[in-house]
Amino acid sequence: MSDYILEMKHIVKDFSGVKALNDVNLKVKRGEVHALCGENGAGKSTLMNVLSGIYPFGTYTGDIVYNGEIVKNKNIKDSEKKGIVIIHQELALSPYLSIAENVFLGNEQMKVNGVIDWTQTRNKAQEMLEKVGLGHENLDAPINSLGVGKQQLIEIAKALAKKVDLLILDEPTAALNDEESAQLLEIMLKLKKQGITSIIISHKLNEISYVADAITVIRDGQTIETLTKGVDDFSEDRIIKGMVGRELTNRYPERTDCPIGDVVMEVKNWNVYHPEDPHRQVLKDINIKVRAGEVVGLAGLMGAGRTEFAMSVFGQQYGQKITGQILMHGQQVEIKSVKDAIAHKIAYTSEDRKNYGLILFNDIKWNMSLAALRGYFSKNGIVDENKEVLEAENYKKRINIKSHSVHQEVGSLSGGNQQKVILAKWMLTEPDVLILDEPTRGIDVGAKYEIYCAINDLAKSGKAVIVISSEMPEILGTCDRTYVLNEGHIAGELSKEDLSQEKIMKCIMQDNNRKGE
Amino acid sequence: MDKKKTVNLNLKQYGMVFAMIIIFIVFYALTGGTNATPMNINNLIMQNSYVVILATGMLLCVLTGNVDLGVGSYVALCGAVAGKLIVEQNMSIPVAILAALAVGAIFGAFNGFFIAYLNIPPFVVTLAGMLIGRGLTYTFLENKTVGPLPDSFVKIGAGFFATNKVSFGGGTIDIVTILVAVVASVLIVGAELKKIKTQQKYGFAMVPMWQVGIKLAATLLILWFFFFKIATYNGIPLILILMGVIVGIYHFITSKTVAGRQVYALGGNEKAARLSGINTKKVYFWVYTNMGFLSAIAGIVLAARNASATPKAGDGFELDAIAACYIGGAAASGGVGTIVGAVIGAFVMGILNNGMFLVGLSTDFQKVVKGLVLLGAVTFDILSSKKKN
Repeated sequence: MSDYILEMKHIVKDFSGVKALNDVNLKVKRGEVHALCGENGAGKSTLMNVLSGIYPFGTYTGDIVYNGEIVKNKNIKDSEKKGIVIIHQELALSPYLSIAENVFLGNEQMKVNGVIDWTQTRNKAQEMLEKVGLGHENLDAPINSLGVGKQQLIEIAKALAKKVDLLILDEPTAALNDEESAQLLEIMLKLKKQGITSIIISHKLNEISYVADAITVIRDGQTIETLTKGVDDFSEDRIIKGMVGRELTNRYPERTDCPIGDVVMEVKNWNVYHPEDPHRQVLKDINIKVRAGEVVGLAGLMGAGRTEFAMSVFGQQYGQKITGQILMHGQQVEIKSVKDAIAHKIAYTSEDRKNYGLILFNDIKWNMSLAALRGYFSKNGIVDENKEVLEAENYKKRINIKSHSVHQEVGSLSGGNQQKVILAKWMLTEPDVLILDEPTRGIDVGAKYEIYCAINDLAKSGKAVIVISSEMPEILGTCDRTYVLNEGHIAGELSKEDLSQEKIMKCIMQDNNRKGE
Repeated sequence: MDKKKTVNLNLKQYGMVFAMIIIFIVFYALTGGTNATPMNINNLIMQNSYVVILATGMLLCVLTGNVDLGVGSYVALCGAVAGKLIVEQNMSIPVAILAALAVGAIFGAFNGFFIAYLNIPPFVVTLAGMLIGRGLTYTFLENKTVGPLPDSFVKIGAGFFATNKVSFGGGTIDIVTILVAVVASVLIVGAELKKIKTQQKYGFAMVPMWQVGIKLAATLLILWFFFFKIATYNGIPLILILMGVIVGIYHFITSKTVAGRQVYALGGNEKAARLSGINTKKVYFWVYTNMGFLSAIAGIVLAARNASATPKAGDGFELDAIAACYIGGAAASGGVGTIVGAVIGAFVMGILNNGMFLVGLSTDFQKVVKGLVLLGAVTFDILSSKKKN
């Protein structure tokens, strides 16, 4: 048997004339963790879909050699039979079924055909859970009682239950916080020791350089290079160079000529209770202020209450029994709905752009005009469709949205361009304060840079910007001042000079210790 | 603009128009031309008017991703209210009509309240509305037909606009109808020219001239076919005017107003709509209240045409209205669909019904054909949009 478990040779895959993959080669050694890197739209997911049979044999050209044999997968079942299991970015779990049932979803344990053997299901599920470090979980609990991080681990358990030899993980840590991500990476390394080969697709380059033995970089549907641990430079800058084809000397553009002015928004003594549990206080006595031309960060671990804070300020879209004051330009304002918030010149872009930000099958112009429809784009309740097109064209140019026209469906745009559409949508409401919740989640390095430039332009034009981010380097690179949230209250405030990843973590740790006492 | 941008017409949008014409021609052949007689064209319009009126309201429900199952019952109830007040209480016709409209709107608001403010699924609320409405109608009418309704009321459903007939060929032709058709043609052509002018002014992408020409020619051909036929019959049915006004208003609301856009946004992604400042509860409430109101209009028209109010009236109308929306290209998941599409959908079904009746197919089998057409239209729609992606 060859040294390689998998060789994909000269893979070409086109979608009605557009080549998504153009002569891609990938060699994966047995027992290694192999990372696939590339910008969004480079073809990573397409390549994995070819491998797993989602795009069946015959719809692509080139050879897939697996364990020394050419494989011709007709569907996912075929590839799973051979031990190739793919875990997609979107979790494939059924929310109300139990953990045990989900582990064997589509792979039910049966004695007689069609009748589930519950004893075996539970025993084996327990075994699989232990492998991924969830041995203590209640097997009968519905899957939606677990956090996203644990659900991702259940996905891995599900893959293990299928006797996997080659595990493919597509952006497994995109929705996880640092702690959960670290746990997942450790499990990947553990599986490696047990002889399971894995391929990981991720935008988080620090994770890749930590976990991977080899990195293959794909750009514009072509293999650019394969880096091997111990032989090549594995630094983030080196990987980025391969991905974007040039050296990105500064991942965070400098903000110059941006004077910081008066306080635009101030939130005082903000208290919020959980929407379903009136006794559980989610946010406690939060006080923040943000000035014109200033970019303020909200850092903290997942579940610290950052999104909850933003949503509760933005027209009480989260929580109940909300108390506290919002002051705009020193004047107290009443904000009870999103409409009020927009009227008082507050904008909020959600961390979940597909579910809370966009109407995917509508075109760019409709999505852009939606929040400003009542004021800016209409007169006496009648929409000015010409203005809509003109403004959309204008913003398309201004923040460099890559699309063939403003009539294109936003669902067909890449994540970075979708984020830009959302940004334009809220810029059109002419806000004084923009709260950007995870503005660069799941988008590639190049698009991130453009988003940062857009944030800088907003600050320069005198807007106040609040950036919520789980990526600490992003906070460090973009913010003038940062509040650290922990368990629903402010654990500390750091100025730009004081700001470092260590300081933020220290803030959180000290806060936890204080509570422990 | 350095290069002239062009964009092709979306053929899928007009697919159902072609289908309608083809179905008409097929039945023309099968019936030996009976389906194109002036009288039959007139019947076609009159018979389908309620479905068209209901389909405009239903489209809004469908746009939110839901349906209203109670429509047929509200039609019966509102017809019963009008009929009973006129025949047994000797109330004046305008008052009775207002009362019927109020009953419809209140019923709609009742549904809307449960749907919007208590978050009860529309399917359940309107299923309950269907039972409640039908039950109330039977109770109210004491399981009897009320009639006959006076001629001045019947005129709403069966009367004609003023005519000025002159002899023409072997018969007569109504000058008023022809004048209306001329005015309508001028308006249609004018609107298209204005659109082209704006496109030029802003340098927007243009539809190639020959495509605009074909579209206009087809529209005018259909318009003139209908109007010529009814001109040689009794002139313009009052109900056609009512239908035209309703369709016009709702087409305007859905395509040009903020309110209309909010319905589309809600159906496309409710959470995103809410976070864009749209009061989604209010949208739901008004969509369902409006459905009740339009059902009342259909109920009045139906009672007028039948010259009586019966407890069984409007049975199954909700399904026709829903089918019209889907055949007309609306998506069951919401956010996609047009008023014009729904009207065409209603006429496709109407022409089918009418043709099958003329051919002499049993009503039982007619349902099978209607079912297959609905399934075929939606399947085609979904498969062709899948292919595009």
